[in-house]
Amino acid sequence: MLSAFWIVLKRDLLLALRRRNEVFTVLFFFIVVISLFPMGIGSEEKILIKIASGVVWIAALLASTLALERLFSNDYEDGTLEQMLLTPQSLSIMVFAKIFAHWLLTGLPLVLIAPLVGLFYHIPWESVGVMMLALLLGTPVLSMIGAIGAALTLGLRGGGVLLSFLVLPLYIPVLIYGSGAISASMAEGLSVQPYLLLLFAFMILSVIFAPWATASALKISLE
Amino acid sequence: MTLQVNNLQCIRGDRELFTGLSFELGERQLLMLEGANGSGKTTLLRTLCGLYLQEQGDILWNGKPIRKLDEVYRQELLYLGHYNAIKSDLTALENLRINALLAGEKINHDQLMQALDTIGLFAFEDFPTRQLSQGQKRRVALARLLLSKAKLWILDEPFVALDVAAVELLQKIIAKHVDNGGMAIITTHQEVPLTQGAVKRLRLGATFETAQSDLANA
Repeated sequence: MLSAFWIVLKRDLLLALRRRNEVFTVLFFFIVVISLFPMGIGSEEKILIKIASGVVWIAALLASTLALERLFSNDYEDGTLEQMLLTPQSLSIMVFAKIFAHWLLTGLPLVLIAPLVGLFYHIPWESVGVMMLALLLGTPVLSMIGAIGAALTLGLRGGGVLLSFLVLPLYIPVLIYGSGAISASMAEGLSVQPYLLLLFAFMILSVIFAPWATASALKISLE
Repeated sequence: MTLQVNNLQCIRGDRELFTGLSFELGERQLLMLEGANGSGKTTLLRTLCGLYLQEQGDILWNGKPIRKLDEVYRQELLYLGHYNAIKSDLTALENLRINALLAGEKINHDQLMQALDTIGLFAFEDFPTRQLSQGQKRRVALARLLLSKAKLWILDEPFVALDVAAVELLQKIIAKHVDNGGMAIITTHQEVPLTQGAVKRLRLGATFETAQSDLANA
């Protein structure tokens, strides 16, 4: 069971290594969206600090949906997904490995680039730490929920747009508590802890249920 | 070991492809599935794999429904469809290794190289499969047959895109598998000469014939 996880994880990372541009598109999209706001709104420190938490998360949400469609579609088109369904391994485990690889390639870079956002938006350093932690807890949830949507819309024409409609509303709790954590860290007398604990709870829940739901959705999509 | 199909009915969309289909396949038997284009050959094969759910009827492996056996059944099954199921960015060797490992086979590097040599990909092991020809890609997919311990092979048009030498080789591989007590179901227009064992034939296409007579009447 564990071996299936490693095989699929290594496979997906190896594939990403051979097609590096796909990884960088997500990261650059995030950076571009982030840097557009100060240009449009102006570089007044007060306003930027106020909108920073929301902007970071909305950019992360959009960047995450951008990469979702490819999560299963490549494997679907060349028949390897079908073969995965026919292996004597647990599909949920293999799906979990795929989602984890996807997060390593699209979610983790956003966490690591977060200090740059801090610079753009005059965010104090302590809050940058909170922002990174919130992204670290929240982005896996985006990948997990997104995977369910990606599996459900697999093989549909115009699935990409449908996927965004389907998945973005489900991202709202993460958006609220994620940006809440950053705002709380910059406000006086507010504790960050409840926000982060709730994000952690979302992550645990999604890690438990999403691979299983995604596996069921894939079976339906391949029928 | 037996595969038993009872009274199977399959519907794709609004179209009934076949109904009341029954057959049994035992060890050392090869089933040649025949029928015109669109008669439901691929649907039948995918249903037998458990990828499609049948409308009615049972598919039994050793007397138990394949849906219940789940992973136990898939351990015994090797399916090769229209797609080669190989990643174009990975090399032939990497593709074969991943496919074999996921199928639960314990294999080492030498066995992989040996399989690729036998299938005629000597010196092509380390090229990304994107750079290989159609026939060579098919050979990468077929190399799995050499490493597989699965009892039941379900092959959908396995001879497509292969040259004469490869067709002959594949015929031998299938014949050897059946000789060794395996079973195979294939759709093809090529004959597979067997040294031992029995060839069964099944012809789909009642729907196709009725469709034609409808056209004639109109």
